[in-house]
Amino acid sequence: MLTLHCPCCGIQADETELAPGGQAHLTRHGPGSSDEDFHDYLFTRANPRGVHFERWRHAAGCGKWFHAARDTQTLEVFGTYAAQTLAPPQHIRDAITERRPDWTWHASGRATE
Amino acid sequence: MSEGLAHVVSPLNGARFDGLISVREMAPQGMITLRGDLAAPAIKNAATGVGGHDMPGQRQASGDADRAILWMSPDELLLLLPYAEVPGAVASIGKLLEGSHALVADVSDARTGFELRGEGLREVLAKLAPADLSPGALPVGEVRRTRLGQVPAAFWLKSEASAQVICFRSVARYVFDQFRRAAQPGSTVGFF
Ligand SMILES: [Zn+2]
Repeated sequence: MLTLHCPCCGIQADETELAPGGQAHLTRHGPGSSDEDFHDYLFTRANPRGVHFERWRHAAGCGKWFHAARDTQTLEVFGTYAAQTLAPPQHIRDAITERRPDWTWHASGRATE
Repeated sequence: MSEGLAHVVSPLNGARFDGLISVREMAPQGMITLRGDLAAPAIKNAATGVGGHDMPGQRQASGDADRAILWMSPDELLLLLPYAEVPGAVASIGKLLEGSHALVADVSDARTGFELRGEGLREVLAKLAPADLSPGALPVGEVRRTRLGQVPAAFWLKSEASAQVICFRSVARYVFDQFRRAAQPGSTVGFF
């Protein structure tokens, strides 16, 4: 069972109280962008077996969006943080690096080899 | 023609069940949603003026049976007050908040309330909500927004033997029936 700490209301929320919002920190490519950028924005995800950044909404609780960093292989949660950020804050990166020393941040939604 | 308010009824007309705890649908209650910057003096004055109590802290309920202010989210309060006072209160809040970025909505008829009484109420709620109902995690006076079965709800304990629940009016029957099942005589778990 996945539980995430909602940084907006302080509740340790059960997964069934939350609504998933997909990968976090995507750069949105909308009208006026190239076909390739728009395609990648819609469909191309890194989806590593490991560290993920996700958007979640505390749907049955305070109703707010927030971000979570967790490992999809071990289900370890590294932390949750405000949705109003373009990249994971330093304390979240540090928490990940402590557990996954080889991990690096890729500032894009694109798949990386 | 008679004057004043039309006769207002709650969706289950005051339904009641007595089992492990007693469950009673409450009479229609005035509820006003107030959204905005909760640190702004204008919002605070509007909330405390109508709510009749101090501003609640995060997740707190501040008030008594007639009048209360509930913290619902970082930018949302729910004001509880007598049903008949709502139109006047909405107008006076609107005046107080003129020019501020805020939302005021009368949601009285969109919701219904239940009162739970009895020592086993933490256990009955725990059967229906994915929330930690232990006294340490949910002290008396703290509002918990969560789900009851498949529908959103909010509840808070007024004492260890008394709690209030708010849910949408459209799911009143579903919520009441769940309470009836969870509070069946003989279904004590004894966890808390
Ligand atoms: Zn929350």
